[in-house]
Amino acid sequence: MGSFLDSINLAFIIAAAVKIVFFSFMVILPMVAYSVYAERRVSAIIQDRVGPNRTGIPLTLFGGKKDIALAGLIQPLADGLKFFLKEDFTPAHVKKFYYWLAPALVMVPAMMTAAVVPFGSELDLGWLAKLGVEGAWLHKPIKLVIADLNVGPLYIFAIASLGVYGIVLAGWSSNSKYPFLGGVRSTSQMISYEIALGLSIIPVLMIFGDLNLSKIAQYQDKNGWLLLPLWGEGLTFKRLVLWIPIFISFIIFVVAMFAETNRAPFDLPECETELVAGYHTEYSSMKFALFFMGEYAAMIIGSGLAVTLFLGGWSIPFGAPLGLGYVEGATPIWLGLLHIGCFLAKVVCFIIFFIWVRWTLPRFRYDQLMKLGWLVMFELALANVILTAALIVWLPN
Amino acid sequence: MATVVVQRPKLKWHEKWFISTLAKGLLITLGHAIAILRGKKKVTMQYPEEKWDANLPDHYRGAPALVTDEHGRERCVSCQLCEFICPPRAITIIPEEIPSTDPWAKVEKRPRLFNIDMIRCIYCGMCEEVCPEQAIFLRKDYAITGLSRAEMVHDKTKLYEIGGVREGLVNKWNELK
Repeated sequence: MGSFLDSINLAFIIAAAVKIVFFSFMVILPMVAYSVYAERRVSAIIQDRVGPNRTGIPLTLFGGKKDIALAGLIQPLADGLKFFLKEDFTPAHVKKFYYWLAPALVMVPAMMTAAVVPFGSELDLGWLAKLGVEGAWLHKPIKLVIADLNVGPLYIFAIASLGVYGIVLAGWSSNSKYPFLGGVRSTSQMISYEIALGLSIIPVLMIFGDLNLSKIAQYQDKNGWLLLPLWGEGLTFKRLVLWIPIFISFIIFVVAMFAETNRAPFDLPECETELVAGYHTEYSSMKFALFFMGEYAAMIIGSGLAVTLFLGGWSIPFGAPLGLGYVEGATPIWLGLLHIGCFLAKVVCFIIFFIWVRWTLPRFRYDQLMKLGWLVMFELALANVILTAALIVWLPN
Repeated sequence: MATVVVQRPKLKWHEKWFISTLAKGLLITLGHAIAILRGKKKVTMQYPEEKWDANLPDHYRGAPALVTDEHGRERCVSCQLCEFICPPRAITIIPEEIPSTDPWAKVEKRPRLFNIDMIRCIYCGMCEEVCPEQAIFLRKDYAITGLSRAEMVHDKTKLYEIGGVREGLVNKWNELK
């Protein structure tokens, strides 16, 4: 027993717990709340409206003269509070167990996939020693990824596709026609897009030769992003030619990611013009909010994965030539924080792009979606794999 | 039967595969977003801070109100026509006789109670149209709010307060005639 206890690396466990709390509860959940706000504000400016710009600090409630509006930034908190105060209604005709299980099955996989996304390079806590803190763990920089798995993208795809079970279960257990149609649509949408999604990153993995997402990010930091191979070893002729298949796989990946996260123009399971609200028609209160948050969390993780694979993850553009690159074990704390900021900035840009596309494109018809998935994306992704393989083999280094 | 052959637009390959059309759509929405962000286009009016009161048209129908004439006499003679024509029955009038000591005793009647229930009022303007004495007018007040039902009933004092004084128009009760 003693030896077992000794074998536990307490510092490692505490570091992992701190990273989980920081990344999932202090980064992703607030980002979920604020991407809903961003969605409303961006859709408003696209449609020549104003959007929620009032909810601020309600000073008038406490006898003040004027409320502080803060451009409506408190709106997500008010929305969350509203969800808590609403009646949590379970209709009589539902299958209770699965009805209660479904929202969790949407939210949990979305949050779990966050584990392998590297959200920064590493944090050097050596400066704590100057403040009088002691311990061996101080002198080893902390890697900013919750689980440094060697199967990163595979893990994400495996867990993220579980999210569809939540939708299907919600549709089935609600025991009424619109949720059922939403669930069925979600299933067939998933099988037509998962293949293209999986195949689209194979060229990327062939180039990296590695499935570890933090190593992929480090490689891009040193040698230029996959979509911006302009520094380090990226300037070689081979890398510049390989840019073409990578761009194709980026397009396929992003389109498939839209379908995977049920975002417009592929939001067929929800499809409010045809299916009322799709799979969550019968849900109310926090259970509905969980579906909502799960969708946005999946969107954030999807953006994080796209950023990590194609856009250099946490690395700063032209970081290595500018001296802002990552050096293993010798990255100062300010650079570590800058890398976290860079990653979050890229993810935010990607989310804005998601929102922009949603409020631009009309929804695809169902047969169009299937046709696009099976007849275009799938073949294109396959051809792209072969093209990349051929280029890698035949092109001189 | 005549057959109409609908001419579908011939799409180019890049339009068919959403390449140029996607870019075009994104540019349109981006254009709207930029115009709004730069403040070049303004559509929404921030209501309680900005109001359109100065631009209300002359025929705007707001809250109905009673008016007094240039002598300070209440114009309403309590004929109750408005009470009878009011489609949602928002008006309640209890008439009384003007005592003989009053300088306007010859008018004979005035309202003792004149209530308009603003929850019921539909701002149709029929009371104004039917009034033979031109005593009731629809004003431009539109933000009629209250915390209780009782607060939403405008009584005589309130109605005269909103209405104010109107000169001219009917002067059959004046000395001139």
